[in-house]
Amino acid sequence: MTSLSFELTIGILKIFSFVVPVLVSVALLVYLERKVLGAVQLRKGPNVVGPFGILQSFADVLKLLTKENLLPSSSNKFLFIFAPMLTLILSLIAWAVIPISSTYVIANINIGILYLFAVSSFGVYGVIIAGWASNSKYPFLGALRSAAQMISYEVSIGFVIITVLICVGSLNLIDIVESQKNMWFAIPLLPMFVIFIISALAETNRLPFDLPEDEATLVAGFFTEYSSISFGLFFLAEYANMILMSSLTVILFLGGWYPPIDIFPLNVIPGIFWFVIKVFLILFVFLWVRATFPRYRYDQLMRLGWKIFLPFTLIWVVITSAFLFYFGLLPN
Amino acid sequence: MTTLIRYIKSFTLFELMKGLKLTITYFFKPKVTLNYPNQKGPISPRFRGEHALRRYPNGEERCIACKLCEAVCPAQAITIEAEPKPDGSRRTTRYDIDMTKCIYCGLCEEACPVDAIVEGPNFEYATETREELLYDKEKLLRNGDIWEKQISENLKRDSKYR
Repeated sequence: MTSLSFELTIGILKIFSFVVPVLVSVALLVYLERKVLGAVQLRKGPNVVGPFGILQSFADVLKLLTKENLLPSSSNKFLFIFAPMLTLILSLIAWAVIPISSTYVIANINIGILYLFAVSSFGVYGVIIAGWASNSKYPFLGALRSAAQMISYEVSIGFVIITVLICVGSLNLIDIVESQKNMWFAIPLLPMFVIFIISALAETNRLPFDLPEDEATLVAGFFTEYSSISFGLFFLAEYANMILMSSLTVILFLGGWYPPIDIFPLNVIPGIFWFVIKVFLILFVFLWVRATFPRYRYDQLMRLGWKIFLPFTLIWVVITSAFLFYFGLLPN
Repeated sequence: MTTLIRYIKSFTLFELMKGLKLTITYFFKPKVTLNYPNQKGPISPRFRGEHALRRYPNGEERCIACKLCEAVCPAQAITIEAEPKPDGSRRTTRYDIDMTKCIYCGLCEEACPVDAIVEGPNFEYATETREELLYDKEKLLRNGDIWEKQISENLKRDSKYR
């Protein structure tokens, strides 16, 4: 009995050791995004709240919390409140299988990547429910767009992941990282790496693929009717998803917690440091892309997903497996 | 051949990389932001800001109630009433400017023969009520006392272009 409660305590502490840093890094990511956008546009960005404005997001959260939570009179009240919760929960439970070092992970399950894929596909439900429950035209259109977009790009993400899995021979995320000890998959699978980053942008509704929340045509997309903290939850979930997709990129292609070169001064630094640095770099690319490119048109988005990424990744799966089979490099 | 080059360009994301390169150079450029309340941009000596009525160095009002500013004001924001003083000089008894009407054209300043009414360098006089923007003579003279140093300097710096 005591050992059970002990295990439970350890488990809860472990969960907190993931969730709290993720939520704090969401706040810092919002701050970083505003700083990067500012810098690219020759502005300084937030610099008033706290040193260099680093507490700006916390001030924003306080502001959101003190606002009134409006419920549209014709909305489905239960689903309206449930949707942001679902979105945030889904973006947080995915962290259960993310390994930040060879030993530190909440649940070391042997189908980790499948679990991640399932959870991120579920994310679309939060958006659809939000759009439908609002009972308003713009959120509904945003939700439809979001559903179509996420499904289209999940197909190519699926094929990219299959390519990686062919090279690894395991669905366990720790095995995936450990098979990259000598060479990161970003080098032999460079086209897949690029496609994965682009699809991750589409999957997390980031610019240039943020059509579900396209303010030029849809006001704010699926969360038009949301206010106060229920809006805050969507916001939190979106950025937590960004961090999740970057960590997934790091795990699949950039060798997780391994240093760039396995030589003396670099390999004594703890793996978590390398992991965080790599995630940060990918996030910077996300922000950099946002600061550079205009939004896609919807038909262009669909064309890119179905007519270019899908055949390209399919062909690459065939090429990779043929290569591995011909040279006898297939993992047991 | 051109088709081939186009295909190579689009598959190597050539144009996208060019765009990314441009934004990253801007990322490292010095920023142009002014931290406004702490840091302010330069203002021309001709800047037409809040109005002020000036005095001579001995403390006497400059305004001789000629009413040229009232006549020239295109928005009819100025109202003047005048009476001779006991010593025989003409002075205003009432000098009101409705700052909500004023269009900051600077014609009153141009018209004034004694440099009494001027538009000073101050632009930070937002108020919470509309009534506070109906300036009377007392308020204008107080503005003159507060800003006299900068106003006279600006007039001197600008005089050679007038």
